[in-house]
Amino acid sequence: MTEPYVVEMRGIRKQFGSLVANDNVDFAVKAGEVHALLGENGAGKSTLMSMLSGVYRPTAGEILIRGRKVNIRSPRDALALGVGMVFQQFRLVQTLTAAENILLGEKTSVWRGASWMRRKMDEISAVAGRFGLGITADRPVWQMSVGEQQRVEIVKVLYRGADIILLDEPTSVLTPGETDQLFETLLKLRAAGKTIILTTHKLREVMAIADRISVMRKGRMLKTLNRLETNERELAQLMVGRAASGIVKPEARAPGKPLLEVEGLTVEAGKGRTAVRGVSFTVREGEIVGIAGVAGNGQSELAEALAGLREWNAGTIRVCGREWKRASVRTAIESGVSHVPENRMRSGLAGSLGIVDNLLLKSYREPERSRFGLLRGRRNREWARSLVERFDIRAAGLDTPVRQLSGGNQQKLLLAREVDRDPMLMIAVHPTQGLDIGATESVHRLLLGLRASGRGVLLISEDLDEVMQLSDRILVMSGGAIVGEMSREDADRERIGLYMAGLRAAPGEAAS
Amino acid sequence: MNGKAAAAGMETGGTEGARRRGLVSGFRFEFDPVSDRVPWWVPIAAVLAALAVCAVFIAANGMSPLAVYGKMLTGAFGTRFGLTETLVKTIPLLLCGVGVSIAYRISFWNIGAEGQFLAGAMAATAVTIYLPDLPAAASLPLMTLAGIAAGGVWGLMTAVPRAYFQVNELITSLMLNYVALLLLDYVVFGPWRDPGGLNFPGSPMFTAAQSLPAFGGTRLHFGLVFALAAVLLYAFLFRRTRWGYELRLIGSNPEAARNAGISLNRQMLLVMLASGGLAGLAGMAEVSGVAHRLMYGISPGYGYTAIIVAWIARLHPLGLVLSAFLFGGLIVGGYSVQTIGLPSATSEMLQGAVLFFVIAGAALGRVRIRRIG
Amino acid sequence: MRERVCEVSFPTDKGAAAMDLIIQIVAAAMSAGTPLLFAVLGGILIERSGIIQLGAEGVMLMGAVTAALFCIRTGSLAAALAAALAVGAALGLLHAFLTVSMRVNQIVCGLALTLFGSGLSAFLGRAIAGQPMPGAVPKIDLPFLEPAPVIGDLFAHLDALTWLSFALVIGMHLYLYRTSWGLHLRALGDSPQTADVMGIPVTAFRYGCVIAGTMMIALGGADLLLVFSPAWIEGMTAGRGWIAVALIIFARWNPLRALLAAYFFGALDALGFRIQLIGSNIPSYFLKMIPYVVTILVLMYLGFRNRGKPSGSPESLGVPYIREQRL
Repeated sequence: MTEPYVVEMRGIRKQFGSLVANDNVDFAVKAGEVHALLGENGAGKSTLMSMLSGVYRPTAGEILIRGRKVNIRSPRDALALGVGMVFQQFRLVQTLTAAENILLGEKTSVWRGASWMRRKMDEISAVAGRFGLGITADRPVWQMSVGEQQRVEIVKVLYRGADIILLDEPTSVLTPGETDQLFETLLKLRAAGKTIILTTHKLREVMAIADRISVMRKGRMLKTLNRLETNERELAQLMVGRAASGIVKPEARAPGKPLLEVEGLTVEAGKGRTAVRGVSFTVREGEIVGIAGVAGNGQSELAEALAGLREWNAGTIRVCGREWKRASVRTAIESGVSHVPENRMRSGLAGSLGIVDNLLLKSYREPERSRFGLLRGRRNREWARSLVERFDIRAAGLDTPVRQLSGGNQQKLLLAREVDRDPMLMIAVHPTQGLDIGATESVHRLLLGLRASGRGVLLISEDLDEVMQLSDRILVMSGGAIVGEMSREDADRERIGLYMAGLRAAPGEAAS
Repeated sequence: MNGKAAAAGMETGGTEGARRRGLVSGFRFEFDPVSDRVPWWVPIAAVLAALAVCAVFIAANGMSPLAVYGKMLTGAFGTRFGLTETLVKTIPLLLCGVGVSIAYRISFWNIGAEGQFLAGAMAATAVTIYLPDLPAAASLPLMTLAGIAAGGVWGLMTAVPRAYFQVNELITSLMLNYVALLLLDYVVFGPWRDPGGLNFPGSPMFTAAQSLPAFGGTRLHFGLVFALAAVLLYAFLFRRTRWGYELRLIGSNPEAARNAGISLNRQMLLVMLASGGLAGLAGMAEVSGVAHRLMYGISPGYGYTAIIVAWIARLHPLGLVLSAFLFGGLIVGGYSVQTIGLPSATSEMLQGAVLFFVIAGAALGRVRIRRIG
Repeated sequence: MRERVCEVSFPTDKGAAAMDLIIQIVAAAMSAGTPLLFAVLGGILIERSGIIQLGAEGVMLMGAVTAALFCIRTGSLAAALAAALAVGAALGLLHAFLTVSMRVNQIVCGLALTLFGSGLSAFLGRAIAGQPMPGAVPKIDLPFLEPAPVIGDLFAHLDALTWLSFALVIGMHLYLYRTSWGLHLRALGDSPQTADVMGIPVTAFRYGCVIAGTMMIALGGADLLLVFSPAWIEGMTAGRGWIAVALIIFARWNPLRALLAAYFFGALDALGFRIQLIGSNIPSYFLKMIPYVVTILVLMYLGFRNRGKPSGSPESLGVPYIREQRL
């Protein structure tokens, strides 16, 4: 009698210090199915997967593979059991070739001669070909597109003989077109008898590809459903815990004077790479301009240039009519430009310092905050206290190191700091990354609030839904250039997806 | 070695907990990398552990560790003379310690305090050689300024390659130490050599106008005021001033500091100017207040000891004072055991051992032992 | 400083004299450069696994003093070398434990190693300071090479340790670029997360590299004592350990380049001495400064030339690897 479940996790608990990431989770996957683990950011799905793949070890509970209890102590153990994981951030050594990455950890031979290499390349091509995964095996990874790197990751896992394949948020780095390709691949894998578990927070994808769906929320497993027996609304409700509340929508407004005028901006990013090519656009008072596009197409460099962090090679930047001569953060700050960077802990906040110190980051030179070279301690603390209240930042105290705050509170802190300066222009880059629905709503409300008071917002985000929901105008960026522009009324996912993939199609025409 | 490594090398975690398999069944070792706080007992335990380990080496050489330690203790703290000597040694340690602490606060690994010290000593001596007839009111301030300036410039010579050429400051500052040492040898054996010299080769003795005043007939000199002022300024700088805030920001997250509009290069230069300047001041104080001349071996490694002083003190002002005093005692104790045949390197060995145990202890202090089940 | 005796009769024409001088310099470069080479190779191995290596000065001194003590006490060269290697292994184990398992700040740990090693070596060596070593490292005689014009003078009677250093260079090069293990090491240095996921034992590899590398550095110290300089003197490395750290960067973590870098600095070392011999007026102090100043200048030049380009350093250098780190 064969066990119906190829993977079973019973009573799993995972604790990090005092934080409980997984609380008494039961999870079972049938052989040969595509099973989606659904939940919003912070629900605990990645943690659960990490225990299956050997990166973490459970605090309590047991794991059964093919009916037998197993102790997965390391990624090597997982691979030996046939479990392979494709991480959200690829585990690839950039300087090596795809083949070298795939062959990493191979113990079959010590000496790598030319004939051995050729044999291995044939084996790799065979595996890749079987599942329709096109990769150039002898190219260094850093030269590959994100989609291709992901395919290398999948081939890597297949080559090692995995038949239970885990994918962690696989579509977060893909364009809509690449996502379709991935799903085709997954279906082929299923047809070949592999079991697929993927974690995601995107309802649409789950309904498109999964056979069964398990929903997690706040570390707990809620329910497992059959795709055919459920719908998006029910899933959304389970994910969030209440009827999906009204998504904040902007009211109609007429935009005013131009706040930011960018013309022909070109940024070279080193290694001979042109990150931003001749970009031109305008942001006016009272409008939100959204830039959609998959990460890595020049958005980061564009945002850095506009925040004064990066030099540009050609073109002009004009803020409130005054042209910027060269990149300078001080000029940006003084011009009234606020910047919420994409990686809050890396560039936005000083993790070991407290709330007051972090709030001071942009404004500490102002006479209100410091005088004669000395910080105005008491005044600053009162100001910080008022901000904490106003923006509902939950923390143990004003001096708690901010890295101990939750992601949502950290982001609120960042926004509090930037918004309090009453900026003319706010540049928000991936502002809701890693936040749960409640925090995301707060952030959206803040941005819309800025818009309502006549300020301008440049929203750069990989989350297409967010961009479409908030922006008055949407620009699509691909390969460093603006490849498409449309107003909110005209926007639709398909068109944007085509633009992102670099295929330009005027409305009404067929894609070339 | 890139900045990322240097920054990440600091014990600021960023993870929310890590597990390791316990060595003893029934227990589990857990790391709590979030806590930066080192338990108060760590420096004390480190010193005791270091004493224990070095005792082994002392015993292996046929001496009683207890006798040796006892002699060191009484030599350093037991007599009035010993105590003042310890304070005399504390002065350069404290000045250099504050200096390197400022640099370490922004993760700039200045290990060139020794060279900066010597530069200051040489500059102060230069004033006595080339402007020998100034009255005290002019001579001493000039020597002080020269010492600070020379030390600052020596420090800049480490900062500039790092800021503009990404040259690892550890290597540069180290190399410059050796250069300074050779320069010292040159002037002391060469152009500045006192022809009527005594046993030790060196410059001519300083006049009263060129020597820092001492307190009440002891060897304890005005440099103590410099040192205490330096500590107070250091504490004040980081707690209350805008510049101190900028430096704390850089130390916590250089990327965020850039986002605040702070120029990392400029800050590196300013910090090394200050750091080197303090070490240079220490050099000036030593030649002017204690030795009253520039001579070979003017520094028994103050610059290196200061690094340990700073690290044990966790860069904390009060800790710096205590730590400098402790190591001053260690050096004096080391001298006092020379009479029974141990080399002065004994105290060097102890210092190194203490540093080892401090860093191990700091890591150990993050371990929590949890019972399973 | 020991002089290599050239077994070539004195030439009578200028061309041959110049040749003779070049041979002398190269020979001196090899002699002075070999201790550096051992240290650099060891450092490369350690840093390739992602651990910063700053304790070379202290380790070399400990290697030297241990070799000296054992050589004098036992009279056996083999014992001296074995002892130096053992000390290197012990220090390596300590360093590995602190940096890999305890995840302390690698820079400070290296400094501590240097300070402790300097102090301890001075302490241990005081009894034998200045005493010449009984016996010397055996030379490997290759009489068939003697007739060869340049090669003969240089390689016909080279000592065993120098040959060992050649073997290490070639061995490391093959290891890194031609074997699976070497590939694993390179991957580990750049991305321990990836290596871990592929089943490469990160911790074991790091321990192994640090211990083996530290042993090599200690061997460099022993070579300095046994081949290059006749007796133990306190602090005899005079900063060579630190120069070795710089050389790791010059060599871009590559064993073959390490050979060139080490010999270049060996030549600088020898050059100073030679300029003195010619009887120039430059005080010896400034000549001795040459290696230190050149180190800084070369690093500055490299920094200038490579700005914006990758330095070739292993990506994970200095960053402790914690498997459960939340990315």
